[in-house]
Amino acid sequence: MTEIIKLTAAETAERIASGELTAVEVAEAHLARIEAVDEKVHAFLHIDREGALAQAREVDAKRERGEELGPLAGVPLALKDIFTTEGVPTTVGSKILEGWIPPYDATLVKRLKAADVVILGKTNMDEFAMGSSTENSAYGPTGNPWDLTRIPGGSGGGSSAALAAYMAPLAIGTDTGGSIRQPAAVTGTVGVKPTYGAVSRYGMVAFSSSLDQGGPCARTVLDAALLHEVIAGHDPMDSTSIDAPVPPVVEAARNGSVAGMRVGVVKQFRGEGYQAGVVQRFEESVELLKELGAEIVELDCPSFDLALSAYYLIAPSECSSNLARFDGLRYGLRVGDDGTASAESVTSLTREAGFGDEVKRRIMLGTYALSSGYYDAYYGSAQKVRTLITRDFEKAFEQVDVIVSPTTPTTAFPIGERADDPMAMYLADLCTIPTNLAGNSAMSLPCGLAPEDNLPVGLQIIAPAMKDDRLYTVGAAVEAAFVEKWGHPLIEEAPSL
Amino acid sequence: MTTTIDLVSYEDALASYDPVMGLEVHVELGTNTKMFCGCSTALGAEPNTQTCPTCLGMPGALPVVNATGVESAIRIGLALNCEIAEWCRFARKNYFYPDMPKNFQTSQYDEPIAFNGYLDVQLEDGETFRVEIERAHMEEDTGKSLHVGGATGRIHGASHSLLDYNRAGIPLIEIVTKPITGAGERAPEVARAYVRELRELIRALGVSEARMEQGQMRCDVNLSLMPKGAERFGTRSETKNVNSLRSVERAARFEIQRHAAVLSSGGTIVQETRHFHEDTGSTTSGRVKEEAEDYRYFPEPDLVPVAPSREWVEEIRASLPELPLARRNRLREEWGVSGTDMQAILNAGALELIVQTIEAGADATSARKWWMGELARSANEAGVAPDRLAITPAQVARVSELVAKGELNDKLARQVIEGVLAGEGTPDEVVDRRGLKVVSDEGALGAAVDEAIAGNPGVADKIRGGKVAAAGALVGAVMKATRGQADAARVKELILEKLGVTEG
Repeated sequence: MTEIIKLTAAETAERIASGELTAVEVAEAHLARIEAVDEKVHAFLHIDREGALAQAREVDAKRERGEELGPLAGVPLALKDIFTTEGVPTTVGSKILEGWIPPYDATLVKRLKAADVVILGKTNMDEFAMGSSTENSAYGPTGNPWDLTRIPGGSGGGSSAALAAYMAPLAIGTDTGGSIRQPAAVTGTVGVKPTYGAVSRYGMVAFSSSLDQGGPCARTVLDAALLHEVIAGHDPMDSTSIDAPVPPVVEAARNGSVAGMRVGVVKQFRGEGYQAGVVQRFEESVELLKELGAEIVELDCPSFDLALSAYYLIAPSECSSNLARFDGLRYGLRVGDDGTASAESVTSLTREAGFGDEVKRRIMLGTYALSSGYYDAYYGSAQKVRTLITRDFEKAFEQVDVIVSPTTPTTAFPIGERADDPMAMYLADLCTIPTNLAGNSAMSLPCGLAPEDNLPVGLQIIAPAMKDDRLYTVGAAVEAAFVEKWGHPLIEEAPSL
Repeated sequence: MTTTIDLVSYEDALASYDPVMGLEVHVELGTNTKMFCGCSTALGAEPNTQTCPTCLGMPGALPVVNATGVESAIRIGLALNCEIAEWCRFARKNYFYPDMPKNFQTSQYDEPIAFNGYLDVQLEDGETFRVEIERAHMEEDTGKSLHVGGATGRIHGASHSLLDYNRAGIPLIEIVTKPITGAGERAPEVARAYVRELRELIRALGVSEARMEQGQMRCDVNLSLMPKGAERFGTRSETKNVNSLRSVERAARFEIQRHAAVLSSGGTIVQETRHFHEDTGSTTSGRVKEEAEDYRYFPEPDLVPVAPSREWVEEIRASLPELPLARRNRLREEWGVSGTDMQAILNAGALELIVQTIEAGADATSARKWWMGELARSANEAGVAPDRLAITPAQVARVSELVAKGELNDKLARQVIEGVLAGEGTPDEVVDRRGLKVVSDEGALGAAVDEAIAGNPGVADKIRGGKVAAAGALVGAVMKATRGQADAARVKELILEKLGVTEG
């Protein structure tokens, strides 16, 4: 029998449902794995051993009572530390929320619990989801299980590292500019950014409200689909949540096919800055799609060249307002309260001590971009670019069913390499950002190792808004073809730690 | 702050300058729940008991728009003759203040729900003045700060502050006028009349009780002066949170005199916010606005745009009640009173009471007589609004019915009302307990009249001689004898009858 921790989520759920495994056994196997390797990886900020085992016992009891179990009943999950969890610390990777115990569960957390998923703990991330390497976490970086001296991507590096190191078969990420897909790419795992509004943001600590989107992370396309179905759906507590049925993602993942599909390749997603091995694996993926019966269409989306600039005005602008509430008065860190200091001075000292450099940088950028006299030139222009990008996508999807690109221009870079060069860091999200600006859906899945460094390369699939199922139809077909070609899933080539 | 200035007399100020006013009124809506969450809006709860992650601005919490709040805003907009936006958004107004949990206020900026309207207001002499409305927009209230240890409850000198977030998130509608010009010396009166008319309107619409003394309606008075005949407005001052009708008028008046004093001595007006002081009727400097504050407005990304369908707007329009001014004009005609009388009724806070008394069966004249006479005096003496008196319109109507039936005369009726106000029971109970029925026993009354004639032969002779007016003295004697419980008119009839005189 395969080791418990190496099972997929789908297999785990089946074995628990059939009684072959108990949820408690499964939770304990993963908790033991975390204990064994997380000291090296540092994927988790908080491990909720008691909560996880209690939930697992509940699943086993339910099964014994003959009650109906959720589709992922008893399957362990690593939760990005950006979702509020009642009674369990939530830090968003920031000192400013150190010690905060939220009084409420995020909608996504409620859904996971209702589906009998076992939440193992909270995973590391760049502070307030700002970063592409998890180095901006106030609690120290996470290592990439493929090479612990390298970054696991970001901001959701903890979640993807937990998957790649078999500490959990499922994880939750959030994607504002690529924070699910880029970590998936550099860790050889699967990550999906659903259509904006598909997954409730209630209880997801905001970075940039109009871009943030929670989504599933897994080691296989089917597992991601199973998780997608559990967390997506309308939430009356989030007025930007889509009030429509969830696309049939699981059905799509079980019926992968690209025969007869038109697949777009965008001119703007190549050129300087792309690592040779990444380009090579991408081109091979395009060839594979052709072999599988897809028609490849060249696309020109000129506005995509402006996406990074627009993103770095819109996201900081919204964040400058969203993060204003962290003032040391109501929750989290409070500095300088000696009984005589003014509220203004306490707020100022708290923010100085509580926010890291990247967060401060973006708050300042955003405050400037929204200032009267600059608003039109910065925030206003960025919104216009956003409209252009949406139109370019619309035009593109008149010609193709999905678009493919490399997920990120390079493989995992060494920890520290770009830490002092924000611009170099921002380039990691070059291919993922347009999707956030337009609000449509995208997936990253492994397409091989770059020959020069033997590190995973991600293939990005982009679908129109509300057509998230197409990601899974194409993703499942590509995944199956690669597994056949390689003889095993790519993740099996990862070092055993 | 302590500099005193010699005010220019009001008349002198108006001789040289034209005032320009802008009035910003905030109205707390009477919805059951807050604007963006499900928390209760009830007043008087223990601090911080009506809060949730959303109105406390907890990380991750999101707002959802209160549909009743939007409907109320549209009702107000329609009643103010505004256009209603087909599509509008909320915006974030960013500034730091401890009583605002998110450190931004969810408001509306360049896309208000209602805009371009007007409100006709009636001045004391019954004349109508049209106030143009710039916009009405939706926003949320802040929490309340209580500054402890300072002298005046202001933050200056306080040792610490307490915060109550029960009010945070209560829906507000801010109604902003266009610059009000051409009111001249009547500007303060216009300001008062506008705020009052708005209050009546809000109440008639049923969207808020608009009680200024409870902060449910608050007015900012923006005022500037320009030399007579000029077209360019002067620099304005913003007197914040003026919380009674009288104060609105006084604040405008004071600022006119203060501005005139500064300007006529060659000084310049500083653009600043000012505080109004009820005790002295004066304003003092608040914070100086050297440059316009930068609130870094941008569209609220957590809320979808509000796009009221035209059908819905028309449904709301069709459901509007008769508006106060139109109603007052109608009642004025029905009751046959003058414009000034109507203003007096309104000033006394007696309009609704009179209407209800008539609805309970009284005729217009007596309903008006009681509420504007006896009851207005009682309210005045007790220092309360007439609707707080311990008598209901139905009871007043009953008293008036007893008078009409001849069972009470005016004097007795006043005693009955006095008894009701004193808590002695319903009018009928008071009549019974105090034994206040008019003496209608013709025999007893006839005997009393005979006695009066016999006791005042001189007077009787005068009457017989045609001096009918002299009958008053005999009536008085009969009334005295019956302890006021006779119908004076009937007594007079009997006297004349017995003396063989007919009234010509």
